[in-house]
Amino acid sequence: MKKSVFLGTLTVAGIAAGVAGAATLDDVKARGTLNCGVTTGLVGFAAPNANGEWEGFDVAVCRAVAAAVLGDASAVEFVPTTGKTRFTALASGEIDMLARNTTWTFSRDVDLKFEFTGINYYDGQGFMIPRELGVSSALELAGATVCIQTGTTTELNLADFFRSNNMEYEPVPIETNAEAQQQYLAGACDVYTTDASGLAATRATFEDPGAHVILPEIISKEPLGPLVRHGDNDWGDIVRWTLNALIAAEEYGITSANIGELTAGTDNPEINRILGTEGNLGEMLGLDAEWAVRAISANGNYGEIFAKNIGESTPIGLARGLNAQWTDGGLLYSPPFR
Amino acid sequence: MSDTHQNSIVYVRETMLPEAPPPATETGIVKWMRENLFSNVTNGILTLVSIWAIYQLVMAMGPWLMNGIWDAPSLSACREILQGEVGGCFAVLTERWNQLLFGFQYPDDQYWRPTLAFVLLFAAAAPIMFPKHVPTVGLYFTAVYPFLAYWLIWGGTILAPLVAMAGFIVGYLVYSRFVAQSFAAGFFGAIVAAFATWWIGGMIVDLVAPETTVLSAVESRNMGGFMLNMILGTVCVSLSLPFGIALALGRQSSMPIIKWICVVFIEFIRGVPLITLLFVANVVLAYFLPPGTTFDLILRVIIMITMFASAYIAEVIRGGLAALPRGQYEAADSLGLDYAQSMRLIILPQALKISIPGIVNVAVGLFKDTTLVSVISMFDLVGMIRGPILASTEWNGVYWELLGFAAVLFFVVCYGISQYSQWLERQLQTDHR
Repeated sequence: MKKSVFLGTLTVAGIAAGVAGAATLDDVKARGTLNCGVTTGLVGFAAPNANGEWEGFDVAVCRAVAAAVLGDASAVEFVPTTGKTRFTALASGEIDMLARNTTWTFSRDVDLKFEFTGINYYDGQGFMIPRELGVSSALELAGATVCIQTGTTTELNLADFFRSNNMEYEPVPIETNAEAQQQYLAGACDVYTTDASGLAATRATFEDPGAHVILPEIISKEPLGPLVRHGDNDWGDIVRWTLNALIAAEEYGITSANIGELTAGTDNPEINRILGTEGNLGEMLGLDAEWAVRAISANGNYGEIFAKNIGESTPIGLARGLNAQWTDGGLLYSPPFR
Repeated sequence: MSDTHQNSIVYVRETMLPEAPPPATETGIVKWMRENLFSNVTNGILTLVSIWAIYQLVMAMGPWLMNGIWDAPSLSACREILQGEVGGCFAVLTERWNQLLFGFQYPDDQYWRPTLAFVLLFAAAAPIMFPKHVPTVGLYFTAVYPFLAYWLIWGGTILAPLVAMAGFIVGYLVYSRFVAQSFAAGFFGAIVAAFATWWIGGMIVDLVAPETTVLSAVESRNMGGFMLNMILGTVCVSLSLPFGIALALGRQSSMPIIKWICVVFIEFIRGVPLITLLFVANVVLAYFLPPGTTFDLILRVIIMITMFASAYIAEVIRGGLAALPRGQYEAADSLGLDYAQSMRLIILPQALKISIPGIVNVAVGLFKDTTLVSVISMFDLVGMIRGPILASTEWNGVYWELLGFAAVLFFVVCYGISQYSQWLERQLQTDHR
């Protein structure tokens, strides 16, 4: 009883805070910086480099939004969050948007009162296991000890998967990916499970990557995307269409290299509308006509961002897979700019 | 007579024997080993096992340390240089040295400021820690140091720390003016006067603060690395000591309201894990504060850790107070000393002396507990290692080198504190055991 009263108070306070900060766009413009929640560090997705500048796949989304809204891709205040603090940081208004490889789920969208503005990475949960154990399918994992990050959807997926297949397992709860790597290598668990992208990134750092296999089963859908608070749809639209602009830019061949030429005007009306030389899409968003030009120039289009941070030429070496354009057999499909 | 004597003795030595060396088994290394390592069968076996264990450890650690790579751009480069041999990749320490010490957001041309503050810390601590060896003039510097250090590390206008200092001075003046009439008048008058000074001073600072300052301002969220551990550790230990004494005395007070406030505070704080308090500081407070208010995160964390440590120190000091014979209290009363005098001159010096090991224990534990702030996404030394450095594509996978380095840093500080406390105990030893 007492607990529910306390939580109720929190919720009311949270809603009050949400309402009071409704016009996020105005707040961001007045502040001059975008407060963007990121992870405290995940290889390829967000981490500060030796000079202290944040870089990564999620970071690029923050920078694109900052470029679209404020005209400066570096006007971002990165607020590092852990799996446990990320949602309170967003709900309390400490951050304007969260780009922290967060899985879009029903309860997060509906019950926690957030709004996912799209999907920037289609992921799925997989298993990694030492090759010498000779396991070739996740269905042979009965009785295994499994390293699992707490407070994530992967924990719940794992329980669901083992229960539905009538298998026992022993979870080894861990806090961060770094800890998981060490535990797994030290043999504290037979299997490490997290998003397949994370597994690939982790395996790439091993001294002998070939000694570990990623099992073929993908046991969950993990659509990762940026999210904002409920109740400010204008701001949600800006984040959503900035992401869409990056995806559409790849589809129409707009790159950071040729964007200067293309803004002079092209024969493709869709490109012209994205780049603001035709129509008034920017005005509808409450921004100027050049918003998408700046967003794309910041780090390039979706494909360039992918290739630079997590693509096959990087140590992480992820293939595009599901994250290819729909024209190439992937799932990336931006609604039309019209 | 002499005949019989001569006949009764077969042989008489007529010259002194030269001094012979003691038998080999009773001297030098052999004797030492016999006595300390192989005094009986069990000890002999244990010695051999220990030697074997040490040998294994050295053989495992030695090549790793000696082959260590100190200059490489990434872990994969390290492995390439090593070509499969055993060796540590210490290059991560050299490349991320500044990040480990200062966090990744402190402006790199300003590193001299926290470094200077750190060096001055010793100068400021010396008059308190070694009162017999350092002239008392040094205490003035100690009093100024907190404001100086704040100004050095955070930068910005110098007026802010000056106003903070003025508040304390005004408070002290008011206290010394009124304390002769009544302690309460002096105490509460001082608090009111100090807050009035801060309030008025704060408004003046806001008005006249120049746009550009000598030292550029650095925000709290940009603090990190071992610097953050040192800030939290030093500030919280030095604040929690006076608070802990006050709480311990309050708990023994005969005034019920004060007594119960102290009891409830101590028992509540001790009953709650530190990590919970940190989560409250970081997450829950954000719900209650109106959006847009920025109540400095480091300040919130300092308040929480200080509260936590005060409660523990209060209990340690209460133990010291309880250990004093009742006669000491009665002796103080019979001399006609009032409460404050008897505490200051008779009771506390003895009680604190007894409490030193306990206080140091809390201080060392507290210093190590400052690494818990990494859980609320602050980038202290452990936070830097667990977050940014291990998540960079270059250094993902370097664990032993980084965490070993963190362990060494913490060991140096904690061992230093421990050695100082033992020295202090010897200094204060007045009994005849």
